[in-house]
This record gives sequence, C-alpha cells and structure tokens, in this order.
Amino acid sequence: MQISTELAQQSVGRRSRRALVVLSVGPLCAFAGVVWALLQPYRITLLHPYGQGFWWLLSEPPIYVVLVGLLFYWLVAPGLVEDLEDAERERGL
Amino acid sequence: MIAGSILMPPSEHVHWWFATGFLILALCFGARAVVGPEVWDRRPWRRYLFPSVLFAMGLLMFPVMVFFTNSTIHMVAHGSWAESMMLAGGAQLGLAAGKLKSPLWNLTIPLGLFVGGVAILVHEQNGWFYSRAAFGHHLLGWIAIGGTIIPLVLVFRPRSVAVGLCFAALLVSVSTVLYADRDTAPIFGHLSPEAGKPHR
Repeated sequence: MQISTELAQQSVGRRSRRALVVLSVGPLCAFAGVVWALLQPYRITLLHPYGQGFWWLLSEPPIYVVLVGLLFYWLVAPGLVEDLEDAERERGL
Repeated sequence: MIAGSILMPPSEHVHWWFATGFLILALCFGARAVVGPEVWDRRPWRRYLFPSVLFAMGLLMFPVMVFFTNSTIHMVAHGSWAESMMLAGGAQLGLAAGKLKSPLWNLTIPLGLFVGGVAILVHEQNGWFYSRAAFGHHLLGWIAIGGTIIPLVLVFRPRSVAVGLCFAALLVSVSTVLYADRDTAPIFGHLSPEAGKPHR
C-alpha cells in the first residue's frame, strides 16, 4: 500500500514537471528574444526607423523569436497540457 | 528585381524567415518529445502542425531558388532543399493522415537533413573565414550532416525523450546559425576584401 502511494506521488511529480516544461518552453523562447534584443538593439530597426526601407522595418529577428515563444505559449501549450493531464489521469485509472 | 528593393527582400532577411520556421519546428518537436507522440497527436490540428510547417518551408524554398540564386550550383542546392523538405513534410503529412502506414517514411527527415547538409557544403565556394555568410554555410552544412544521426535514431526510438530533445536542440542550432547570417559581415574579425562593404 505504501509502495503504491509512493508510486502515485512520483507519478504526480513527473506529471507536473512535464506540464511545467511544456508551459515554460514558450516564455523561455520569448525571454531569449528579449535578451537578444538587449544585446543587439541595432537588430530592432523600429528603435531607429529613419532611413530604413520596408524590408528592414519588417524584419526584426529578436521580435520573431519573442512572437514564436508567445504564440506557442498562447496557442499550443494550453491544449497540450490539458491533453497531457487527461492522458495521465487515464493511465492512473 | 534588385535584392533589397520593395519587391525583393535582402537575402539575409529570407534566411531569418527560414530561421523562424526552424524555431517553430524546434518548439514543436521539443514539446512532442516531452509529452510523447500519443499525447501530441490527440488533436488533429496539432498532428498536422509541424508536417505542414515543414512542407510549407519546402514550398517557399522554390521562389527563393528562382529569385535569389546567381549560379547553377546555387540553384541546384536551393532546389534540393526545397524538394527534400517537401518530401519530408509530405511524408509526415501522409503519416499524420494515416495514408502512409510504414514508420520507415520517417527516414525522409534524416535523408532531407543529410542531402541539405551536403548541398550547403557543395554550393559554398568560399573558405570558412571569407565572410560571416560563408562561415555560417560551412557550419550549417556540418551541423546538418553530423546531426543526421539524431533523427535517424529517432526513427527507431520514436518515444525517446532524450533523442527527441536532442533533435529539438539540433533545430535550434540550425535556427541560430540562420539568424546570425548577414549578407556582408566579418566573422571573428575576418572579411575578405572581395566580399564587399560590410554592415552590421
């Protein structure tokens, strides 16, 4: 009985860790983009837009990285965590 | 059309867009490795997500091949990337839809990576320290060729979290090198005078 309780606790621990990893992927990616923007601010042409052409104003690589992270966090991660928790509940039954 | 005109972006921008595509793939593959393929495939739209991105990247490589290449070898290299990415993406779409049954279709991913790596190395005619773009091409080529082993192992161990995360890390490294690309810029202080006027 004690062993099964410990196994159940380990299972809960692993479950929450996996969910935490999925939820942290997007913010970590976005954070990397912010750090990049701080290290190379000249890559954000919107900060100094005068004299820049159309493509240079459109292409902001650190912002791309931030957007990918945020979109993953908003669009992919919530459903994925929900399905992960459902699957773990089914396995636990 | 002139590169950098309103109709045609500078080629470095195109590299950054593809870097973004590889970053999306990296996040998808990383999350898939953590939760496992069964959980990832529970929602149909998610099952089709990275195959669609991969297929679209292959499709978009064709206009790059047409508008951004200035030699036959350059055009053949871009064409081979387009075809190998479309093949891998198409095979993954077929597997996701259940039209393809054999897991051996997953071999199209290491095949595409290997072909892509060889094409990058073959079409780069300058040495490592000619410019940052040349350095990036050499580095990317060897990352792709050396990294082929990871998706190859993943074909036979699809549920391995470690191998799945290694593949995601490989895609992040490809993305990073592509983001670092500039049309004319020095690498570790080296820039050939023939490369042109550098810019940040």
